[in-house]
Amino acid sequence: MADDAFLRISNLVKEFDGHRAVNDVSVDIAKGEVFALLGSSGCGKTTLLRMLAGFETPTSGTITLDGNDLADLPPYVRPMNMMFQSYALFPHLTVFDNIAFGLRREGLPAAEIDARVEAMLKLVQLASYAKRKPHQLSGGQQQRVALARSLAKKPQLLLLDEPLGALDKKLREETQIELAGIIHDVGVTCVLVTHDQEEAMTMASRIAVMSEGRFLQVGPPAEIYETPATRFVADFIGNVNLMDGSLVVDEADHVVVDCGDVRHRIGHGITGTRGMPVTVALRPEKIRIRRDALTSPAPGDSGVNRAHGTIKEVAYFGSFTVYHLQMASGRVLKISQSNAERQQGAQLTWGDSAWATWTDLSPVVLTQ
Amino acid sequence: MKEHGRGGRFAVIAVPYAWLLVFFLLPFLVVAKISVSEMETTTIKDIVVWKDGALAITARIGNYLLLAQDDLYLRTYASSLAYAAVTTVLCLFIGYPFAYFMARARRALQPALLMLVMLPFWTSFLLRVYAWKALLTEHGLVADAIEHVGLDRALAAIGLIPGPGQLMNTPFSLILGMTYTYLPFMILPLYSNLAKMDLRLLEAAADLGANAWTAFWRITVPLSRAGIVAGAMLVFIPCVGEYVIPELLGGPQTQMIGRTLWDEFFSNNDWPMACAVAVTMVLLVIVPLAIFSRNQAEATRQAA
Repeated sequence: MADDAFLRISNLVKEFDGHRAVNDVSVDIAKGEVFALLGSSGCGKTTLLRMLAGFETPTSGTITLDGNDLADLPPYVRPMNMMFQSYALFPHLTVFDNIAFGLRREGLPAAEIDARVEAMLKLVQLASYAKRKPHQLSGGQQQRVALARSLAKKPQLLLLDEPLGALDKKLREETQIELAGIIHDVGVTCVLVTHDQEEAMTMASRIAVMSEGRFLQVGPPAEIYETPATRFVADFIGNVNLMDGSLVVDEADHVVVDCGDVRHRIGHGITGTRGMPVTVALRPEKIRIRRDALTSPAPGDSGVNRAHGTIKEVAYFGSFTVYHLQMASGRVLKISQSNAERQQGAQLTWGDSAWATWTDLSPVVLTQ
Repeated sequence: MKEHGRGGRFAVIAVPYAWLLVFFLLPFLVVAKISVSEMETTTIKDIVVWKDGALAITARIGNYLLLAQDDLYLRTYASSLAYAAVTTVLCLFIGYPFAYFMARARRALQPALLMLVMLPFWTSFLLRVYAWKALLTEHGLVADAIEHVGLDRALAAIGLIPGPGQLMNTPFSLILGMTYTYLPFMILPLYSNLAKMDLRLLEAAADLGANAWTAFWRITVPLSRAGIVAGAMLVFIPCVGEYVIPELLGGPQTQMIGRTLWDEFFSNNDWPMACAVAVTMVLLVIVPLAIFSRNQAEATRQAA
């Protein structure tokens, strides 16, 4: 384990009536890191966050922050603050008093509290809203008050529970970047819970993909996306074409996997034996679609990394278009094409015969 | 269709207004009229007389002057308000924790607890107050218990009973009876208020460094204000005019306006005076409430 661990979670377990909501989770989080727990509802991510905040007591395992065991500390003395899902702003207090609530509990002098709250309001650009009550603010503004309130005490650790979950899509995209900016500027170590992979990818420096109380994979967003460790992770993060096949060639610099319709030549080795069943994951945006096969296959390399079929679906999203290409076996390949030129979207349409091609750096071989 | 909708809305608003008009305002005006009328042995004279082409309006305000001047009435009003206030405070102190634990009890248990609070309503109010008479008389079950633990000496020391062992027909028995009777009216609005509170707010308070006690005073209590106000009104207003409980459990020391009213009507047979007492009592309760609710509305409007 790394020595620079700021937050260390070791073998953490939480059982509810015999069911393990969090099942033997361990991870080290460095100071200044933004760590996202990503998973669908019921995967245990919120329970894990609540154990960090002190609202749930672990069944076993330990949590240490900066070397101190948190086990016996009740929530109100833990040096961390949480931004709650749907914010939990105090409805009877003004924006100012909401942000000042935590500072007043510390018994700071009034002048210092005022200064800190003003600074927080400025940070989230709500300086002129100090006297409003929460219900007089828009969803986005409430979200910023909640952030200001959780940062006001300068916590050593910031916990975010679905920070953007209550916002509509358009606002979410704007706020996501803004929130990431503020957290980065403040430099606080942060654990974030979300079911939204985009949110996790844009905000976090590392992501843990959770399912059934366990971490399936922990790594930086690009690593999780480009080299998923398992079928579940590949499928959970983004769109993917998963193709089952078996290993036919296993050389040092490449492997070939036969998936029936298509043969993949993949430019990285795996440790496996010939004939072993594997799954190939291929992201839609890594496939190109065109009317004709550009080149005839080289001899002995018959038709790797390409597929022929009929276009079954075309979905135009503006910046990109998604095609469903049905291959001879009836299986469908999802292809996402960026609309770099204006007329591109109109070129291929329903019923057209087309070729899909990709390079040997595009697919990933999954063994589990 | 739109016109139709307007008519429907008007009808919905008109029903409660019509109710108040017929069953509150009109009777109140009748009582107010009697309070300024003259009384001849058994009949009440009209205040407006049309005679020989002259319209004569006679309004005797003597009853009101008497109310303002006679020490007895003033003291009775004051003690009515005081007893009602003490009862309200006691109901709040007993009712708040009660409602709080009900609201925080397991969901499955709550209907049963609610039923327990409402159970006394199944028995006549009069019977229950009579029961206290039996419980508090000498060698009554409760009286013995109180004497056994020596509580009566403490009550005597603060002047709620004239001396140890004398529990009935004292300020103590009156307050006990009123608190017992009106407690459910405090608990029910408080419970419904506390039960719908968002418990995550308490977690947020804890997260920000508030221990349970601070979170209770800073978050729970302010948020239950509407419930406290509703409960206090439901207890205070009927208590001011309470007649039955002072009659059965009160004593010579415990003058309350409801009894004075009764005496004016049925002992003195002085209807105008009785009506003046009643009108003053209604105004005494309604005017402060009206001002209060205006302020409330103003505060809400400003906040919006």
